[in-house]
Amino acid sequence: MKAKVTVTLKHGVLDPQGKAIGHALQTLGFDGVGEVRQGKLIELELEETDAAKAKAAVEAMCQRLLANTVIENYAIELV
Amino acid sequence: MSVTHTPDREPKVTAELAAEHGLKPDEYASMLESVGRTPTLTELGIYSVMWSEHCSYKSSRVWLKKLPTTAPWVICGPGENAGVIDIGDGQAAIFKMESHNHPSFIEPYQGAATGVGGILRDVFTMGARPVANLNALRFGEPANPKTRHLVAGVVAGIGGYGNCVGVPTVGGETNFHKAYNGNCLVNAMTVGVAQTDKIFYSKAAGVGKPVVYVGSKTGRDGIHGATMSSAEFTEDSEAKRPTVQVGDPFTEKLLIEACLELMATDAIVAIQDMGAAGLTSSSVEMAGKGGLGIDLDLDAVPQREAGMTPYEIMLSESQERMLMILEPGREEEAKRIFDKWELDFAVIGKLTDNGRMVIRMHGHTWCDVELAPLFDKAPLYNRPTEPTPPQAEIAAAEAPLKASARDTLLALLGTPDLASRRWIWEQYDSQVGADTMIGPGGDAALVRVHGTPKALAMTTDCTPRYCYADPVRGGAQAVAEAYRNIITVGALPLAITDNMNFGNPEKPRIMGQFAGCIEGMAEACRVLDFPVVSGNVSLYNETNGEGILPTPAIGGVGLLTDSTLAIGSGFKAEGDVVLLLGETKGHVGQSLYLREVHGREEGAPPPVDLAAERRAGDLVRGLIEARKLTACHDLADGGLAVGLAEMALRGKKGVALTGLEAADAGLLFGEDQGRYLVTAAAGDVAAVTDAAKAAGVPVTTLGTVGGDAIAGLGGGALALADLREAHEGWLPGYMAGDA
Amino acid sequence: MKSAVIVFPGSNCERDIAVALEQVSGHKTFHAWHRDTDLPEVDVIAVPGGFSYGDYLRCGAMAANSPVMRVVKERAAKGVKVIGVCNGFQILTEAGLLPGALIRNQSLKYICKTVDLKVENTDSAFTRHYTPGQHIGIPVGHGEGNYVADEETLKRLEGDGRVAFRYTDANGVVNAAGNPNGATNNIAGIFNETRTVLGMMPHPERAFDPQHGNTDGRALFTSLLESLS
Repeated sequence: MKAKVTVTLKHGVLDPQGKAIGHALQTLGFDGVGEVRQGKLIELELEETDAAKAKAAVEAMCQRLLANTVIENYAIELV
Repeated sequence: MSVTHTPDREPKVTAELAAEHGLKPDEYASMLESVGRTPTLTELGIYSVMWSEHCSYKSSRVWLKKLPTTAPWVICGPGENAGVIDIGDGQAAIFKMESHNHPSFIEPYQGAATGVGGILRDVFTMGARPVANLNALRFGEPANPKTRHLVAGVVAGIGGYGNCVGVPTVGGETNFHKAYNGNCLVNAMTVGVAQTDKIFYSKAAGVGKPVVYVGSKTGRDGIHGATMSSAEFTEDSEAKRPTVQVGDPFTEKLLIEACLELMATDAIVAIQDMGAAGLTSSSVEMAGKGGLGIDLDLDAVPQREAGMTPYEIMLSESQERMLMILEPGREEEAKRIFDKWELDFAVIGKLTDNGRMVIRMHGHTWCDVELAPLFDKAPLYNRPTEPTPPQAEIAAAEAPLKASARDTLLALLGTPDLASRRWIWEQYDSQVGADTMIGPGGDAALVRVHGTPKALAMTTDCTPRYCYADPVRGGAQAVAEAYRNIITVGALPLAITDNMNFGNPEKPRIMGQFAGCIEGMAEACRVLDFPVVSGNVSLYNETNGEGILPTPAIGGVGLLTDSTLAIGSGFKAEGDVVLLLGETKGHVGQSLYLREVHGREEGAPPPVDLAAERRAGDLVRGLIEARKLTACHDLADGGLAVGLAEMALRGKKGVALTGLEAADAGLLFGEDQGRYLVTAAAGDVAAVTDAAKAAGVPVTTLGTVGGDAIAGLGGGALALADLREAHEGWLPGYMAGDA
Repeated sequence: MKSAVIVFPGSNCERDIAVALEQVSGHKTFHAWHRDTDLPEVDVIAVPGGFSYGDYLRCGAMAANSPVMRVVKERAAKGVKVIGVCNGFQILTEAGLLPGALIRNQSLKYICKTVDLKVENTDSAFTRHYTPGQHIGIPVGHGEGNYVADEETLKRLEGDGRVAFRYTDANGVVNAAGNPNGATNNIAGIFNETRTVLGMMPHPERAFDPQHGNTDGRALFTSLLESLS
């Protein structure tokens, strides 16, 4: 089983990279883009086959290491 | 599951395939003769990289021999991973400069980053802890659409790598010129410090001893980087992108610590980093220098990707890898160290007495050739040379000031080649190690030898427009400027490393530039007792037939035995007297003034009187040793007025000049060589003047430090605030897209 | 004053801060490895600058989870002084010893230069040798020194005098022009609740020796020495 963890900065935390990307898109002529937020994608290969257990394990990984919940949100997708 | 690779799945080697590997027909014929049969693909790959310009120096070897490489303090000259000089007390400085031009043009961040990684490995391979990085960068004209992207990427890459490994980047130089539009130059230099009784060489010894691989795993990175960096660019080079390697500075940092830890034992017989041409050149060089053979079992090589072929493993340029020969029985002890640092460690072969390179994998033999021809039968070319015609001398009267001296100075300080590089060097950690006494933005950097009263001075220098106009003068000037910069901080210049960046050597004019620069450099090295101890050659820096300016970048190293003597290049105290040492004739040919104000990049470059250089250098160093000077700055690009402005900006103090109200462009902006601007406390002026007269060095009193403007130039006082704005503003503005 | 410095794979300022600690105290600094599960009895623990684990994932995240940090937390709870500089500050926030987080500089670029600072609170073992409001210069070298925290945390930090240092302009004024990385409220360094743990982005060990050209960082080490002996 594979898990995809998406980590993004919490709303309200300034994202300098997202801001820079937004600015670059604008200079390239892409109008109509609102706020841009950059995050990261972490792919995990898991031995666990039980989806619920896998989700719980990844949840723990996010809490413990993969995300800093002071500033980041995370979302887990099992595939 | 991937199918196990077998020899019958490989393409048959033909003359066409050899040509695709960059072997010329006569080179392939010579290879066939050496191998005695049609080679395998792996053998062809190995031959092609070993015989490439990058590894064999086939076009440059005959010329490099002309450089002086010895002195009583030289422990090891060219031919090893880096040069070694004695700095007293059982310590040695180990250093080298190396180019990563082509990879940086294709992928600036990774190209520059891996350039830094490679030169660091060259230095710590020899047992030195790296203590400083420098660089010499050349980019196309600012208006070129690629320039901004290259500057941003290269600077970020140098910082990204150097900062992470914890080696301060303390100095360097950056030029812009349209001749580099299609080929930027990224030359990286590392200086390290070792114990003289703990220097490691690459010469293998001891039949049967284990060959050990350490560091990162091998992937398909940079296959054929060595042959790529020896080929001229064409339009389709951009498609070669996948061959650029990716650096991992974190692993490099661990590799430095692990290697130095193992080096503290006596388990290592020989060691070599896997740089260009990776496992091939490292194994061939180690066994070859020892006159031995080598058996490699590629199944044992740590691999990052599945299904790699022997050809790919041998030619991979994955970064952060080293090859070493260990004393038998010491493998476990060594492995423990690499385990601690979480790095791969594998015994992948052994030394043999048959003089052959034998490579096995999956139960097959993929290469079985005599080793010696790979380096001693490598092609050697004595390519035809054509001298650069002498350029006319340009009289200062031909290039009068177009505006007041004040306004001209203000404008010049904001031009691309004279503007502050702060935007660049503030992205480098210049202080890690806490031994940096003078960092970027000075004449030479000065870094303490940790825990001793000593300090090493270092600099990179070259004035390519001089080299283009007159290769001999330009070559001499590059060495002389490095010498001067080291003198300014009070250090004794000891040795240099050279990074010879040129166009296509198959063109006689280009080869003539190379030969001329070598001639000038050699003469300067001899007169200044400043031998070459290491170096690197980068040829074929051409795009669609347009070559770069000849650029023999010089990295100089000097020693200050008492670091408390050091002085800087900024005005130090109000009331200090400013003096000019050296002769001013007002040489405007090839000056930045002539180019920027009159739009003429013309004329003969300034002559270099090496005997006068030596006299002035010895004088200044003696005065610093006697603590008679408070600041010192060498005069180079932009001449006297620019030198004064730089001292004022660096020291945040103005100067009141006398006798320059009516000075002409030659006096103010001419680029005569062999000159220093110094300051002395009022009470020491007589001593300085007397010493200069005794040494036969012309001396002129120019004014007094003080105030917040440069006063006394034609056109009125120039406020430092205005000058600073012009000087500091250009590069950030340009990078932000404003210019 | 006995001290230890924690070394992680990728740390690179451990020697520099050890030199400063050793020079003021006259005692050798113990170098602890990230896998160590115990430390000798020391009065101060330094978590040094550098790029622990290559700054991969998040600066300080992996170091914060290493075995030795459990010991550091235990000692901090007992009142042992802990100072984290640069990457050390990042590690202390990731480890929960200090609140908030350090994110990418607003300029998106690494920045190495001497910054102007205002000493906000001299009532601590780390800052007692400074004068309140003192204007000092200390070098920074970081790509992720932009301090952020939620409103409530900021309120507590500000209200309880837990801001140790703030970035200022060249005239000592706290303003945007003097902020090198975009840090909230120009925060350059903070204390924990008991002011026994200090995290700061600037490197006091780089402004320690006259040959650094600036000794404004020295008072931090002499403060510690006086507090701890």
